[in-house]
Amino acid sequence: MSDDALLETQRLRKEFGGLVAVDDVDFTVPEGAIVSLIGPNGAGKTTFFNMLTGVYKPTSGFVFFGGENLTGKPPHTFTHRGIGRTFQNIRLFQNMTALENVLVGMHVRLKGNAFQTILRTPKAKHEESAARERGRELLEFSGLRRKDDEIGRNLSYGDQRRLEVARALATQPKLLLLDEPTAGMNPQETAEFTDFVAKLRSEQGVAVLLIEHDMRVVMGVSDRVTVLDYGEKIAEGEPKEIQKNERVIEAYLGKAAVTSS
Amino acid sequence: MWRSVRGAISRAWWAVLGLVGLTHERWLGYSRLTRRTVKAVVWIGIGLLLVWGLGVWANSAILAAAVLLLLIVVPYQNWTVRGRRVGKWVLPGAVLLIGVTYPFYGTHMPELPIFGPFPQMSTMVAMMIFSVMALGLNFVVGYAGLLDLGYVAFYAVGAYTAGWFASNQFANRNVDFGAVGLLKGTTGIHFSIWLVLIIAGALTALAGILIGLPTLRLRGDYLAIVTLGFGEIVHQVAQNGDSLAGFNITNGTGGITPIDGPGFGNWARAHLHLPANYLTATNLDNVFFWTAVILVLITVFVSARLRDSRLGRAWVAIREDEIAAAAMGVPLMRTKTWAYATGAFFGGVAGAYYASYKGGAFPDDFFFQISVFILAMVILGGMGNIWGVIFGACFLTYLNQEGLSNVGAWLNGHFGPGGDVVQVWHKTLDVPLYEFGIYGVILVVTMLFRPEGLIPSSRRAAEFHEGVHEEYLYDVEHGAPIYEEAT
Repeated sequence: MSDDALLETQRLRKEFGGLVAVDDVDFTVPEGAIVSLIGPNGAGKTTFFNMLTGVYKPTSGFVFFGGENLTGKPPHTFTHRGIGRTFQNIRLFQNMTALENVLVGMHVRLKGNAFQTILRTPKAKHEESAARERGRELLEFSGLRRKDDEIGRNLSYGDQRRLEVARALATQPKLLLLDEPTAGMNPQETAEFTDFVAKLRSEQGVAVLLIEHDMRVVMGVSDRVTVLDYGEKIAEGEPKEIQKNERVIEAYLGKAAVTSS
Repeated sequence: MWRSVRGAISRAWWAVLGLVGLTHERWLGYSRLTRRTVKAVVWIGIGLLLVWGLGVWANSAILAAAVLLLLIVVPYQNWTVRGRRVGKWVLPGAVLLIGVTYPFYGTHMPELPIFGPFPQMSTMVAMMIFSVMALGLNFVVGYAGLLDLGYVAFYAVGAYTAGWFASNQFANRNVDFGAVGLLKGTTGIHFSIWLVLIIAGALTALAGILIGLPTLRLRGDYLAIVTLGFGEIVHQVAQNGDSLAGFNITNGTGGITPIDGPGFGNWARAHLHLPANYLTATNLDNVFFWTAVILVLITVFVSARLRDSRLGRAWVAIREDEIAAAAMGVPLMRTKTWAYATGAFFGGVAGAYYASYKGGAFPDDFFFQISVFILAMVILGGMGNIWGVIFGACFLTYLNQEGLSNVGAWLNGHFGPGGDVVQVWHKTLDVPLYEFGIYGVILVVTMLFRPEGLIPSSRRAAEFHEGVHEEYLYDVEHGAPIYEEAT
């Protein structure tokens, strides 16, 4: 495997019965990069994501993260090693407050066990208050200042998306997987979110892997773009190259994308 | 349905009040404190009138009304002492005080209409013990959201542990470790009951982990069925365990009896005025009751601490959305197993204490109904809410122990053979026979009108009304959970 790869997949494959959802995909995300994954609906992007986070077990192939083979490990191990994610259809803990959502994200980074909690040892107390402090910082960083005690369900749509990112950041990821983060956002929210993704890298130092349909986001922020179609990787490269790639245009982008840029 | 009924009542109510010039708008114009005070005075007044009208007046009713009025009206919730919020302790403190002093006034209380006399002390002990069990089950059902239909298994393991470590069951071993009230030449293993409670908790937690490991991979209905099976297995083992590979573990249908009572020994009696041996104490039921209250307090303490911790948050997260929880790094199996083990621990402690109180562990106490009974306490009271669960446990235990037969006696006296109001039926009606039908009706009514329970946790109430993610984490290919716990 290449030296600077944070995440690497080798011939990753997922079959559902007779359907090949992801077809032997080789793929890398370099350290500190912002990579986009695009493709038509049903191309297998989310299935691919689910394999990168341990929610699905690949039929064959491997997932390496930081040089370690994580294939077949449970989801919390992926999180522990440093992969955080959001979901295409928002999956917050709807009836918990914003701060509690973030605190759940910190689960893998906290150590307090049941006995320390029951006895409320100084160590457990300190860890808990430090976690809350950091949780508030993360909420503020994600643009959710003073929304700590809001119940997840009561937040606006855009804020729910932001809270999902804050929760994922709480796991202290090295790589953040965002599954269609701007779906359902208006153009202004989308533009703000694009800046936010760039800020994630510059201020939190995380690499980002993005599934996205909005080409302005993809072209504006990514270092590299990978295109899936029918589970197959059909192209990979810099945004400029992808825009000109004929197979991609045919499969997905359409003529509008070429003329608009 | 309920909403429209309530709407109609409310409209009728305001129409009446409008006649004396109090409109809804004017009412809302008053301060919250005024409104609360007026409401409380009206309701308590109606209550007092009822008490008087039904002919059960006692002067203590005035005292009770005054205490209730103070608790409702005084805004103690916000009291602070040197920046610490002490207000939140007022209500639990009052309830605790009323509970702990019950042995002193309980026998002097007048008979209530329909329900008859106030509960006896033995019923109060059972209420406390079932509170501990219900709180234990609340870890599993209320916090982690795992439906467990075999909780009686933990009660049984606890009770039999008491049998093994504090009775004559293993007569060829002679161990005496701090036990009280033993006669000279007693055979068998006899540990101090205090120690037995801890051993029972630990062994039962271990049993919880053993049962949990294979079953907790399942979800929803599947988990419920498998736990039901385990509950029945434990019952069968208890019933037929008098010859397990040649060993007599449970003494079969006869059960293990007698089991030692708790006590502090003669030294503590002389120096600390603690009872030397509960079974020979003159106020036997009272000391058992107070000790059980302490067990409840410990359980409440642990429940509250864990609820607000990393582990408690992980439980709620799993309950709300298992996939999201796993993706945020919550190890599903380990976290669920913790819920199981914690719940089992308290089930075991309660089981051992109850066995010590009853003086034996009998297989007939561990039927499937008891699992459902404890589950009904949690659901009726309010899943996830400590106070609700305790209320549910106390209320259902009371109905089970004496409430139903009291109500039955009242019904028969008025409407039965030779009834003094009107004779409706001609053979004496044995109400306790219908207990499970009655519990069923109570549960159905709860589920229809207040699915979150009588005293719900706000989060649980929201879940019932807004719903949670209910997607299953199954692989299409294998029909099994798609990830396995790394060990």
